[in-house]
Amino acid sequence: MEPTQLKSKAMPRFDIFFTCGVAFLVALWAVFATSHADDLGMIVHGWIFLAAAILAVLGLVFTAQVTALQNDQATYSDGVVRFGVIASTFWGIVGMLVGVVIASQLAFPELLYFKDFGFLNFGRLRPLHTSAVIFAFGGNVLLATSFYVVQRTCRARLFGGMLPWFVFWGYQLFIVLAATGYLLGVTSGQEYAEPTWHVDLWLTVVWVAYLLVFLGTLWKRKEPHIYVANWFYLAFIVTIAMLHVVNNLAVPTSAFATSSYPLFGGVQNALTQWWYGHNAVGFFLTAGFLAIMYYFIPKQVNRPVYSYQLSIVHFWALIFIYIWAGPHHLHYTALPQWAQTLGMTFSIILWMPSWGGMINGLMTLSGAWDKLRTDPVLRMFVASLAFYGMSTFEGPVMSVRAVNSLSHYTDWTIGHVHSGALGWVGMVSFGALYALTPWLWKRERLYSLKLVETHFWLSTIGILFYISSMWVSGIQQGLMWRSYNEFGFLTYSFVETVKAMHLPYIVRAIGGLLYLIGTCIMAYNLWQTIKGAVAKKEPLSFTTPNLVPAE
Amino acid sequence: MSYEQLSAFAQTSGMIYFMAIFAAVCLYVFWPSNRAKFDRAARMPLENEDIDHVR
Repeated sequence: MEPTQLKSKAMPRFDIFFTCGVAFLVALWAVFATSHADDLGMIVHGWIFLAAAILAVLGLVFTAQVTALQNDQATYSDGVVRFGVIASTFWGIVGMLVGVVIASQLAFPELLYFKDFGFLNFGRLRPLHTSAVIFAFGGNVLLATSFYVVQRTCRARLFGGMLPWFVFWGYQLFIVLAATGYLLGVTSGQEYAEPTWHVDLWLTVVWVAYLLVFLGTLWKRKEPHIYVANWFYLAFIVTIAMLHVVNNLAVPTSAFATSSYPLFGGVQNALTQWWYGHNAVGFFLTAGFLAIMYYFIPKQVNRPVYSYQLSIVHFWALIFIYIWAGPHHLHYTALPQWAQTLGMTFSIILWMPSWGGMINGLMTLSGAWDKLRTDPVLRMFVASLAFYGMSTFEGPVMSVRAVNSLSHYTDWTIGHVHSGALGWVGMVSFGALYALTPWLWKRERLYSLKLVETHFWLSTIGILFYISSMWVSGIQQGLMWRSYNEFGFLTYSFVETVKAMHLPYIVRAIGGLLYLIGTCIMAYNLWQTIKGAVAKKEPLSFTTPNLVPAE
Repeated sequence: MSYEQLSAFAQTSGMIYFMAIFAAVCLYVFWPSNRAKFDRAARMPLENEDIDHVR
């Protein structure tokens, strides 16, 4: 689409007023935080907020000069998507690097114990790793792809002028605040919801703006029907807003202290936390990435999705069932048994919509399976679906109370999470980034397909190392914990179970390292593509690759 | 209300609720006149773009 010089109607620019207003309020609060806060974490966050507010206003002024603030309705708003692709790649490498460091710390505690740097201890790096890969890497992939897909399938420019930019930079600010908080030991102590109350509030502002951008774009769509990918994105945005707000309800001890008291206590807190935690998996790591699947796989094979009807049944079944599955994290706890059973039952029912989605994605390739041989990007997508199918089968099995008595608190859980995260979320994201980069920068194709292939094999082998070592370690751990001798005493002391896990931990760290190397290769490949380079050994050919073969 | 009464009510109404929603979705999905709409929708990602495809 050629950029035309059409000026938007002389509407008051609420987006600019909104951004300036938010920057002003944030700066006002931050000034007091830097001077009145008692704890180091809040002082640092005050300065970060202040710097961000100043940068936001400076950015506005400079982009206004070069007329980049024009909101030309005849074009798509793709700049923010480009930034999203770069940010995803960057945070992916950061998050996976931290993952390799903490995996090595577990394998060699002496070697990688940073005595003089308390902020690099396992306890602080672990939430940094999980948040960086889930929210920074995954979140940026979802932001970028959702902004791309909603414009194409609605045939409308993103709503809100520069509001998408506010969402993008606001989200990066959230990531920086969360990450620095963890390193400084500032945490609310709830898994995957570690950011403290002021960071939570900031994310809420950003998320509401995100919802507005998405809904606004849907509102002014030129297509009568809302494509199924947008339904998945919308479910992801709305549900994450609800989960985030409810699970983080807390009363801060003062306006300038990082500490707060959660509204729920005891088992209510645990239930809310895992209602949040499992739906972070269900709606952040599943629904959002299924939206990617429903747009990018049809696009990549150049065929419509296998069954559009199945995609609708899949959508409603998935979102109505996922929301109930959380209590399976609380087997054998103070949570009433009926609630545990409820969570378990819904987890098992969930197998059907999950596999419905997987089959719908895989069958989209029917009649075009030959493309798997020539297109390594497509292979990424297909491998991601295979891992999706595998981990959504493993999950329901592990949620069964009897299986959970063996698997819970062991490395089996860690392995399961990573088969979903590295296999499904990671690979579908890589596929989307590989597809998006040439589209966004108008390149004929990627710099090198050989490198995509190398990346594919490195990550696949890395995942296999990871999950098989965690099966060995987890099941061994579970069996050792529960084994009694003939006098009724435990057979193994705890440290014996730790020693038994040494070798699997080394294998796990190697698997993670392979996966990280693959991501670095992707970053290089994407960078070269953006620069417009083409690998010398793989010259551009002039055949059209996406002709559908005769059937 | 005793625990048994409450759980009987919750189980029955929960089942009806889920069955009703599932039935409604299936009716919408398989309603014959919706067929053309879904076929058109399925092609949405494929037709709108003039950008090159990745190989």
